[in-house]
Amino acid sequence: MILPTPMLLQVADPTVAASTGVFLIATVVKMLAIFTLYMVGVAYTTLAERKISAWIQDRHGPNRVGPWGLLQVAADGVKNIMKEETFPGDVYKPLFLIAPALAFVPAMITWAVIPFAAPWGSPWGRIDMVVADLPIGFLFTLAISSLGVYGITLAGWSSNNKYALLGGLRASAQMISYEIAMGMSTVAVLLLSGNVHMSQIIDQQVATNWNVILLSVAFLLFLVSSFAETNRVPFDLPEAESELIAGYHSEYSAMKFSMFPIAEYANIITASGLMITLFFGGWDIPFTSWDNVGPHTGLKSAITFAFFLLKVVAFVFFFIWIRWTLPRFRYDQLMALGWKIMLPIALLYIVVIASAILALDATGLSRGTVAYQGALFAVNLVLLVLIVFVLDRGRLISPAYSRLERERVARLRLMAQQSDLATSRES
Amino acid sequence: MAINVKVLDRPIADTSYLRATVKGMALTLKHLVDPHKVTVQYPEEKWTLSPRWRGTHRMLTTEDGTAKCVACGLCPTVCPANCIKLVPGEDEEGNRYPLVFEIDEFRCIFCGYCQEVCPEEAIHVGRHYENAEYSRDGFVYDLERLTAQTHPVCEMWDPADPKGE
Repeated sequence: MILPTPMLLQVADPTVAASTGVFLIATVVKMLAIFTLYMVGVAYTTLAERKISAWIQDRHGPNRVGPWGLLQVAADGVKNIMKEETFPGDVYKPLFLIAPALAFVPAMITWAVIPFAAPWGSPWGRIDMVVADLPIGFLFTLAISSLGVYGITLAGWSSNNKYALLGGLRASAQMISYEIAMGMSTVAVLLLSGNVHMSQIIDQQVATNWNVILLSVAFLLFLVSSFAETNRVPFDLPEAESELIAGYHSEYSAMKFSMFPIAEYANIITASGLMITLFFGGWDIPFTSWDNVGPHTGLKSAITFAFFLLKVVAFVFFFIWIRWTLPRFRYDQLMALGWKIMLPIALLYIVVIASAILALDATGLSRGTVAYQGALFAVNLVLLVLIVFVLDRGRLISPAYSRLERERVARLRLMAQQSDLATSRES
Repeated sequence: MAINVKVLDRPIADTSYLRATVKGMALTLKHLVDPHKVTVQYPEEKWTLSPRWRGTHRMLTTEDGTAKCVACGLCPTVCPANCIKLVPGEDEEGNRYPLVFEIDEFRCIFCGYCQEVCPEEAIHVGRHYENAEYSRDGFVYDLERLTAQTHPVCEMWDPADPKGE
């Protein structure tokens, strides 16, 4: 007896795009899955932060709630929701209420355009493993991620508190400054891929090599900028608890306060996802090519997804590791780094990399060849050496003393010697 | 700028931010993979106290359960914090015993002189540190409380064996 085959299976062709109905169902499923995973990931990043900070400082970290403290996340959530919400006098309530959500939502929306696995040639048609496969993908992330500053600035402004306002102002200044460097650093990526479509950017890296090798300097700039964008140490001046109490969220309580750390961790995960997509080949598994070619089975999607998650976890760990290592910048150092160092380097890098690509293409080399990639890598290596060994001599980030030039030091010494107030200290 | 500011010449390598960053990250990573945890997980783990630890007091008893104290009055005399309250009593056979024996553990400085001076080896400072009470009154230990304590007591310092070996 021949069983009747369902209609959908009969017309299935893995290479064609899915029909509208399948597309809608798949999108809803992807949205739910990614949202759930994202929220759980954000929650557990808070635990990871506490655990890793504890380990770095030779402590144990939270270990009372559940095995190894794994349920700490739930306990924190319950606590924050149960707590009393306070409204200080004269807060501007509409903005005060909406600011925490404004801080969090952009980070989550950005995630929509990040491809997280190889496309699945399902029996019902090809399903792209990205929530919204926007052709303008990267421009979308630039547009949305700039909105994140509104949450923090408005929170600071609506709190009716001078410290909160200062924190909010610092946040806006800092995020706008570093957004420019960030956008400029990614121009090189777009030059190489020739497209702003996230999937195309990954395809380009699959076809040639990861951008972290081809465009190392851009990666360095993007990394530093994303630390500034996520308000993480060493760029956590908006909070700066030693100067501004807690900056923009001093006046918040309960779950509204909790939304700001959640937004911060959401931003970390999103920034990790962006860095992976732009510079670390997205879901690409290195040193193999079987994951990039057909047939696109479900297993292949699952494995590439696991690899993508692994990369995200690695980056989140890196963010946390940096936080518990470095001290905070001074405000003038922060601004000087953003405007005087990062932006010029990014602009210069665009020119260099555009010329390099133009010259290499003119030689007729294929982009997939080792020679092409090696040449690009050599250019980056030279620039990195220049940055590390020439610029990073107390010029990039300088303590106060080293900013005095030699002549100025000599002049000061002379003044000190001639002065009646001078002590007999030998310098 | 003030005239007398001392301007130091730093080696130019010391002003490199990236190198300092890498060095710091190596250090934190070292602690991450090879932690030297010293935290004691208190309710589950506890210290092993030194045999000479001087904590809250304990009054030892004879076999029939009465305190060994003969109310000689040496301990309230020697006590530098004046925390021992002793009212001596005497029974029909002429044996002295304490009518009231109270130690105010808040006043006590845990010097251990009372244990050293006691001729009957009755009063001891204990090897014990979990002393929480719900009221301040609870810290005035009376005779009943002192005899009811069961924790180990402090070993006296022996001049012949100064390190306690």
